[in-house]
Amino acid sequence: MMRAVLPLPRVSLMVFVLWAVITNAASFGLLVLGAILAIVIPLLSRNFWPTPRPLLRPWRGLRFLGLFALDIITANWRVARQIIGPLHRLAPAFVEVPLDLRDPFIATLLGSIVSLTPGTVSIHVDQQRWVLLVHALDAPDPQALIDEIKERYERALKEIFAC
Amino acid sequence: MSTATELIISTLIVLGALFVLLGSVGLARLPDFFMRLHGPTKATTMGVGATLLASAIFFSVQDRGVSLHELAPLFFLFITAPVTAHLLAKAALHRKSSGDTSGQAAQASEHEPGQH
Repeated sequence: MMRAVLPLPRVSLMVFVLWAVITNAASFGLLVLGAILAIVIPLLSRNFWPTPRPLLRPWRGLRFLGLFALDIITANWRVARQIIGPLHRLAPAFVEVPLDLRDPFIATLLGSIVSLTPGTVSIHVDQQRWVLLVHALDAPDPQALIDEIKERYERALKEIFAC
Repeated sequence: MSTATELIISTLIVLGALFVLLGSVGLARLPDFFMRLHGPTKATTMGVGATLLASAIFFSVQDRGVSLHELAPLFFLFITAPVTAHLLAKAALHRKSSGDTSGQAAQASEHEPGQH
């Protein structure tokens, strides 16, 4: 019964919260409309979604979001200095990060996280070899970058989503 | 509105504008296509982030109610910006590997700074 009405509970929750945020939850009527959307949208779009991974550790996930926000701020300062400073000192490089995870959705998530952190852009997820191709603005030591991505982000994602 | 709040809000706005500017400077200054991709990611994360935070504080203080509108564009930017960067990078790689010498990607492959 529950599954028939809410096939994707997390998507429903996201739609509802997003609706409440956009409308500033101004009135009860708007919240009811949000609830209707949260039921109808997942029902109509359920065939488009990949099979969801169980979110094993939601609190770890929240902590990870905090760490990610801090990383964005520190990386921004670093890249800001690099952009203003002498460009010939930069060592741009393509780096292949071998992945331990084997889930296309989580790999995409990792790729997006790498892209949003200034200084690195993810270019390709190779699902045959499970390698993430990353372009770095300044990577004098590619191995250090690989270790950082794996240690900081991939391990956390694996723990949070159990894959 | 107290002076302290005003100070926080204006600092955030200036900081946000500064990072958007830096993103554009990066776009203009950096020598090849792939390095240029790094400019806009800065602008979307810190630039828009700080500006929206300032907006959220301003309207929360002024209207005496929490204003969370601003989280929505931040959320949408964070899920769409990597896709844009990804598509641009893929297209550049494709042109590079197919030997198209007229494009910028091909120019990028000819002189790669830092890799002497």
